Amino acid sequence: MNQAYDVSHLLAGAMLVTSFALLYQQRIGAVLNAFAVQSVTLALAVAWAAWSDNRPDLFITAFIALVLKGIVIPVALHRTVARLGIHREVEKVVGVGAALLVGLALTGLAQALVVKVASATSGHAREELALALSIVLMGFLMMIVRRNAVTQVVGFMSMENGLILAATGARGMPLVVEVSVAFSVLIALFVFAVFVFRIRERFDTVDIEALDRMRGDRR
Amino acid sequence: MPELQVLGVALGALAAVALVATSARGLALALVYPVSALAALAIGVVDLRVLLGDGLLTATLPIGLPSVGLHLRLDTLSAFFGIVVNGGILAASIYGMGLDRVREMTPRVEPLFPLFCAAMNLVLIADDAYAFLFCWELMSLTSWALVVARHTDPESRRAAHLYLVMAAIGTAALLFAFGGLAGPAGGYAFDTMRGHPPAPLVAALILTAALVGCGSKGGLIPLHAWLPLAHPAAPSHVSALMSGVMTKVAIYGFVRIAFDLLGPPTWWWALPPIVLGAITAVLGLLYAVIDRDLKRVLAYSTIENVGVIFVALGLALAFRANGRDDSAVVAMAAALLHVLNHSWFKSLLFLGAGAVLHATGRRDLDGLGGLIHRMPRTAIFFLVGALAISALPPLNGFVSEWLLFQAVLAAPELPQAALHFASPAIGAMLALAAALAAACFVRVYGTAFLGRPRSPEAATAHDVPLVQQIAMGGLALLCILGGLLGSVLAGALAPLLQTMFGGAMAPPGFGPTYFSLIAFDPDRSIYDAPIIALFVTIASLTTLVVVHRLSERRTRRGPAWDCGFPDPSPTTQYTASSFAQPLRRVYGAVTFSARETVDMPPPGDQRPARFSVVLIDHLWRAFYAAPGRAVIGLSSWLNILQFLTIRRYLVLMFAALVILLSIAAVTT
Repeated sequence: MNQAYDVSHLLAGAMLVTSFALLYQQRIGAVLNAFAVQSVTLALAVAWAAWSDNRPDLFITAFIALVLKGIVIPVALHRTVARLGIHREVEKVVGVGAALLVGLALTGLAQALVVKVASATSGHAREELALALSIVLMGFLMMIVRRNAVTQVVGFMSMENGLILAATGARGMPLVVEVSVAFSVLIALFVFAVFVFRIRERFDTVDIEALDRMRGDRR
Repeated sequence: MPELQVLGVALGALAAVALVATSARGLALALVYPVSALAALAIGVVDLRVLLGDGLLTATLPIGLPSVGLHLRLDTLSAFFGIVVNGGILAASIYGMGLDRVREMTPRVEPLFPLFCAAMNLVLIADDAYAFLFCWELMSLTSWALVVARHTDPESRRAAHLYLVMAAIGTAALLFAFGGLAGPAGGYAFDTMRGHPPAPLVAALILTAALVGCGSKGGLIPLHAWLPLAHPAAPSHVSALMSGVMTKVAIYGFVRIAFDLLGPPTWWWALPPIVLGAITAVLGLLYAVIDRDLKRVLAYSTIENVGVIFVALGLALAFRANGRDDSAVVAMAAALLHVLNHSWFKSLLFLGAGAVLHATGRRDLDGLGGLIHRMPRTAIFFLVGALAISALPPLNGFVSEWLLFQAVLAAPELPQAALHFASPAIGAMLALAAALAAACFVRVYGTAFLGRPRSPEAATAHDVPLVQQIAMGGLALLCILGGLLGSVLAGALAPLLQTMFGGAMAPPGFGPTYFSLIAFDPDRSIYDAPIIALFVTIASLTTLVVVHRLSERRTRRGPAWDCGFPDPSPTTQYTASSFAQPLRRVYGAVTFSARETVDMPPPGDQRPARFSVVLIDHLWRAFYAAPGRAVIGLSSWLNILQFLTIRRYLVLMFAALVILLSIAAVTT
């Protein structure tokens, strides 16, 4: 039994590490690869949960995560990036060091919060929840420290990875909820995609600051 | 129960005639007032039966909030206020029948009139928070639309805008009050609220919210500023309804919350209504006595009367909290009788002002004058109203004021030091208000109806149609009868006071004569109106006879007295402003920072001398202008938020999330 938890913690911890990697990467290609690694780790974590808890419906979730987020989306984004010709370094708002420090603080916050709020649940599930919450917060952080639209999409997907991890850890979340979460994320992804291409068409760049220049705002 | 059907049919008729009036013109517009009058009569009869029979009508309709429904209930309190409301509606509707269909009726006013009437009636019978607030808001919106009916006038638009803002604030406050009453379980039916009195601190918040909500509708200072602008801006018969009746619905709301839903009172609940009421009474009249617009003077006087009623209600709360139910009964009877009386004489005065406006087209007192010769009937009815509102015996205003002073005199018995020491001050302020009211209406009547006309319009005025005279005459008759039969009216309140306090005033016939009104016991305080009336009549007739015996009988008409200079210009008369000058000098220097400047040309210069008065409305500055500026400043500052970049919006969201999570992490 303990071994099952150890493995799931290992996988969740690995996801957190990839979250830090996402914050750290300088180039878009590397960001996409890190995201793919995170998604594959998520698929493994979900599959492990399915096997160890004997919940076969989770295998579907794992499969979806592996195929969609581990392979299809990263590949599609790679091709988009290649087509748009934006291999260069991603413009950051905050320096890498500062971003990593903030990420560390967020992880601490997530731990402290979950320890207090979910004190009724068992220790293992609690830690899993804390890891998932940290991943969600780091995804959000990623969305705001980069200026590039593609990396914003990645940050958003990374948040969703955290959500699914939390859903897997929480016993009794029905498949319907998971499917609806996944579906809404898919819709959001479509919106993002259309958005990215429209920006590109109009402004010849995917730097979202171009939108603000277009609106004539102070910066 | 036939009463329920009558109620439903009457309300339905009001809605139907409103609908008909929107879709058609001409005859349909004229149909509004007879139907409203009949509906008011029918509802009034039902109310009277419920009040006297101690009956209780309840109904639950399957509309409104899900799982709560729409509760309606007509108890003795609602029935009493229903009589007040429907009496006013009846008078205003009869007055409305005399309006000229072509020149004075518009689709902007007539369809809304019955809706406004129905809304006020519905507020009274609502028995859950949702129904109450819905009908309250309907009442506010229809009256707002009536105020804005003359939308081409920028003054009307300004008044309507201010009214809308204040009505929104008031309803929001009531929303909080009912939210607090409903408690965490969310029992929005009044019956549920009666069963669960809130905790002391919550009760204080609820009382504050109720005071803000009902006080803003009733004109309690400092929430009064919209009232003297909005009430006069509406057509006169609607002004009569708003001032005479809608303010009473506001008082009903406060009585319902403070005496019924909030549970047993604590003594300090009495302080805010008493203090605010006394300030309102005095300041309202100080405004009234220097204002030069006839309808605005009446509106300010409404503010004063609402203040007086709130003082009486506060005293009733204080007595009840200390278990002195006999005194509470007197205070409550004073409040309720004043509600009834004020609805009569204020409606009468506003209808009279409407008649003057109709006849001369003017509302400024300094443009009127001499109307007693041209509108003799209106002049007499207005005089009765002015005497009644000045609380002169034997008219009805005196009955309620007398009862109120009895209650004030009993207040030193209260054990709490605050109430103990406040009561003489409150009594002095009320006495000042009563004296100022008399001065105010001497000024109004003297300037508008006596003397010589100050404008060509006033010189060519004519009396209003007979129907409108009947409306005013009926109200004047009520003012007289209400004064003479004060003990009967107080006796009719017995079932209501019995349910509220378990006691009642001494019934008629208990004192020396059948019409003696007894406040506490026959040895201490008796007011016998018919005997006073008899005395006044005999004394006046005797004086009349003696004077006529001793002097020449022939009536002579000579030039009006004008300092020995037979100057034909009416501008040499006393004006409203000159009458107000002594009072303005005494009180205005403090309350309004009044400054008078005289610009006298040097000898030899031909230009006219100028006299100007600058008044500063401190209340407006402190409670309206300053918050208004603050809101505008804050919103222009927050406007930056509208123009952030996407990333900054995300940062804001993220920061909010992290802060909330941190709070959760620290506090739990």
